[in-house]
This record gives sequence, structure tokens and C-alpha cells, in this order.
Amino acid sequence: MVRESEFYWRRLHSLLGIIPIGLFVTQHLIINHFATKGAESFNTAAHFIENLPFIYFLEWFVIYIPLMFHAFYGVYLAFTSKNNVQRYGTFRNWMFMLQRVTGVFLVIFIAWHIYETRIQKLFGAEVNYDMMADIFQSPFMIVFYALGILAATFHLANGVWSFLVTWGLAQSPRSQKIVTYVTLGIFVILSVIGMRALFAFA
Amino acid sequence: MSEHQTAVQEQAAPAKTVMFEIQRQDTPESAPYMESFEVPYKANMNVISALMEIRRNPVNAKGEKTTPINWDMNCLEEVCGACSMVINGRPRQSCTALVDQLTQPIKLEPMRTFPVVRDLVVDREGMFDSLKKIKAWIPIDGTYDLGEGPRMPERKRQWAYELSKCMTCGVCLEACPNVNDQTNFMGPFAISQVRLFNTHPTGAQNKDERLSALMTDGGLGECGNSQNCVVACPKGIPLTTSIAAMNRATTVQMFKNFFGSDHMVD
Ligand code: HEM
Ligand code: SF4
Ligand code: FES
Repeated sequence: MVRESEFYWRRLHSLLGIIPIGLFVTQHLIINHFATKGAESFNTAAHFIENLPFIYFLEWFVIYIPLMFHAFYGVYLAFTSKNNVQRYGTFRNWMFMLQRVTGVFLVIFIAWHIYETRIQKLFGAEVNYDMMADIFQSPFMIVFYALGILAATFHLANGVWSFLVTWGLAQSPRSQKIVTYVTLGIFVILSVIGMRALFAFA
Repeated sequence: MSEHQTAVQEQAAPAKTVMFEIQRQDTPESAPYMESFEVPYKANMNVISALMEIRRNPVNAKGEKTTPINWDMNCLEEVCGACSMVINGRPRQSCTALVDQLTQPIKLEPMRTFPVVRDLVVDREGMFDSLKKIKAWIPIDGTYDLGEGPRMPERKRQWAYELSKCMTCGVCLEACPNVNDQTNFMGPFAISQVRLFNTHPTGAQNKDERLSALMTDGGLGECGNSQNCVVACPKGIPLTTSIAAMNRATTVQMFKNFFGSDHMVD
């Protein structure tokens, strides 16, 4: 069943990586960046998101369902590839492997991150600046979150490249090369935004 | 060779040899094992001439008599693809693998992406089945003479010719991380062949059938863009350009199939 419709599942996986997940992650990093302007500023931005109308609907249909599909299908893809960077140590082959490694790490990171924030909220905790500042009391958590953010920004940026090729938008070798440089830029910019926010809490 | 050379001189000269480490396997089911060989050096020898030398005198490096090594070959000029094997870790054709350009010991292994028949012989039948699946031919048979086909623009012919150089050698499958026993990806070559036959003006008359074949089991959906194939292909076929081109064509075809269209073949 999965096999016969593999093509469509793969296209859906690719699309969901950008819309909505990629857009959500970008938005999430930008909201976090308000922490660099102080606790007040971050809390206002976070509350604005929390108070969006239909927030439960948005959470499920923009985040949880697409993310779960992308993550589980992604794990399947990751474990059915036989990486061979020792044989072909080219840039693209490394990116291919890193896309899978970061994807699998993101499953662990995102699960923990949701448990520590969204699930705690169900138990009555308040998700705000102080909550994050508390988490980052532990140096281990700072490292874990730094790795999580870098994995996500890398995976998204390289995913944009892969998306453009998968849908046939970037076709010639030259266009694929230009897209490589553009996505490298996306990786650097999103990483700086993410790291600045992290160290604002820490 | 000097004209003064005699049999006596040949014996006196220090014999230069080439070391080989060859992965052998007696039957499709049996376990592989390594065997080393020391072959007398000859100027300009290639891997196949060394294998022929071993066949002539099947004695391994320990001096034990053994069975000759099995391998496949045909054209001996890198156009048939039959002699492909993994040489020093890289899949390539053994007929164009010159001993002088290889580090020793030269390691030979079969392309394990395919079922191994014996020693270095593999079964590439699956690739020919894929070509059938994607209809890698141009249907010109009818109940009456169909006459001449449409002309192909010369500049299109030039790049399409490059795609036609594929010899179904299997190197791009061996190089691809997504062609393995957990997937049934038919491999980069098949995608490029769809582009070749869909480019031909007569072939284009059933291009939707080939694209639809790529959109099923083992087709385009299995490519993960590691782009090893384009690095590995001995014929320099722009496989990743073909893959992206077919990605674009199937994007359009997907909408045509879903909504219905009068433009299936144009
Ligand atoms: C949660 C765990 C995740 C896993 C296990 C995962 C796994 C994967 C894998 C294996 C691929 C490669 C697909 C291929 O090339 O064949 C991929 C692609 C992609 N992922 Fe993820 N991913 C995860 C999370 C995310 C997140 C959070 C984002 C958004 C930031 C994202 C965005 C993308 C994009 C845009 C692609 C490219 C799609 C394409 O190749 O066309 N992924 N993912
Ligand atoms: S595309 Fe190149 S590597 Fe692949 S089968 Fe054809 S000739 Fe061999
Ligand atoms: S024998 Fe034909 S490619 Fe080597």
C-alpha cells in the first residue's frame, strides 16, 4: 500500500516540510528572538500567539499532524537509506546524510521540547520567559537546545534545496548550485536568530 | 621491448608483479571469501587482462591451485556495461581500469546491489525489467505504414544523444544510497531514460505513460538527491538534471492526471 503510492507520500512529505512546518519553525524562531529585548517583550509576543483565535485547531493542523507525518515518514526514509559517504565524499552526499541525521535527532529534540513546554502547560505550568530561563539553568540543556536549534535550521535550509529539486523547480546544475548558496544563507541567518534567542534566555 | 631480448634475459630480469585481492563467491547463496593473487606485470595491462592471466594459471598468492575467477565482459571498450565491478571501493568498468592507474593491492568485489551469480558476475536482470516498466522504446509499429516521424531539432538531438549513451551498467545503482534491499528504487538510469524517450518527437506521443510509470512503486519518489549517480556514471550522463527535469514533468502530470486534461502528450 505504502509502496504503490510512495510517489505521492514523498511529495506530501516534501511539501509539509516547507508548508506548514518550515514556516512555523521560522515564525517560532522569530518570536523567540523577542527574548533579546527582555522578558516583557518576549512574553507579549508569546501571548499574542497563544491568544490567536482557533489556537487548538491551528496547533493540530499547522503543527502536530503535519509534523507527525513528516517525522514518522522521515524516520522511515532515514532508515531505508544506506549512507555511503566513505565511498563518495561529495558535498551533496554529506548533505544527504546530514539531512537524515538531523531529522532523527529532531525527533528526540522536538519530543523533549514539547514535553517540557506544551505538555507542562496542560499540567498547569505557565509557558513564559521564566520557564525557559529556568530550563537553561542547566548547562546540559543549553547544549541540547543549541544542537536542537542548529539541527532544525540546517534541516530546514537543506530541506529548501531538496524541496526545490524534488518539485523540479531547480533543474539545471547551475540553478541547483545557486540554490545551494541561497540555502546556505538561510541556514546562517536562521541559526544566528536562534542562537541569539537561546543566549538571551540563558 | 628490446630486439636483443631473449628467453634467458627474461628469466634473469626481476619479475614485476601486480597484487590482487578478489572477493569470491562460489554460488548465489554461499558466503563470500577473499583470495589474493600475484599476477606477472605486463605494460598497459587492465583488470580484465589480469583476470585472464589468473584464468590461464589459477594459482593464488599462497601458491595453491584454485578455480579460475568468473567475471562478465563483452565489448572491452566501455560500451556494453557487462564488466562492471567494484574496483578499489568504486564501481566502474574493469575493461577500462588500467592497472598502472590503480593502487595495489587492487581490490575487486562484485556490485552487491545486485544478486551475485558467481565471483564477480552479478545479475542485472532487474534493470532490464525497469526499462520494460518505463517503456524505454519508441512504438512505431502499426497495421499500416505510418510514414516518417516528425523531425527532431538538431540542438535537442545533441543533448539527447548524451542520454542515449547509457549502457545499463548498473554503476549508478551501486552508487545510490537509496538503491538497496530495503527499497525497490529502479535507479537513476531509468529516470534518465524516460527523459530520453520523452524527448524524442515520436516517443513523446506516449510520454504520459512513461511519466505515470515513474510515479509508481520504485520510481521517482525514491530519489533522495544524494547526487552520487552523476559523479559515478562512466558515460558522464547528466543524471541529476534528468531527475530534476522528470520531477518537474511529473509535478505537471500529477495535476493533469487528477483533474483530467486534453494535453496529456503535449
Ligand atoms: C521531526 C523529525 C524530522 C524527521 C525525522 C525528518 C526527516 C526528514 C528526511 C529524512 C528528509 C529527507 C527526505 C528525502 O530527501 O528523501 C526530510 C526532508 C525535509 N524536512 Fe524533515 N524531518 C523532521 C523534521 C523537520 C522539521 C522540523 C522541518 C522544518 C523545519 C523539516 C523540513 C524538511 C524539509 C523542508 C525537507 C525537504 C523535503 C524534500 O526533500 O523535498 N523536517 N526530513
Ligand atoms: S546512467 Fe551511467 S552509470 Fe547508470 S547505468 Fe547508465 S551508463 Fe551506467
Ligand atoms: S566489457 Fe563492455 S564495458 Fe567493459
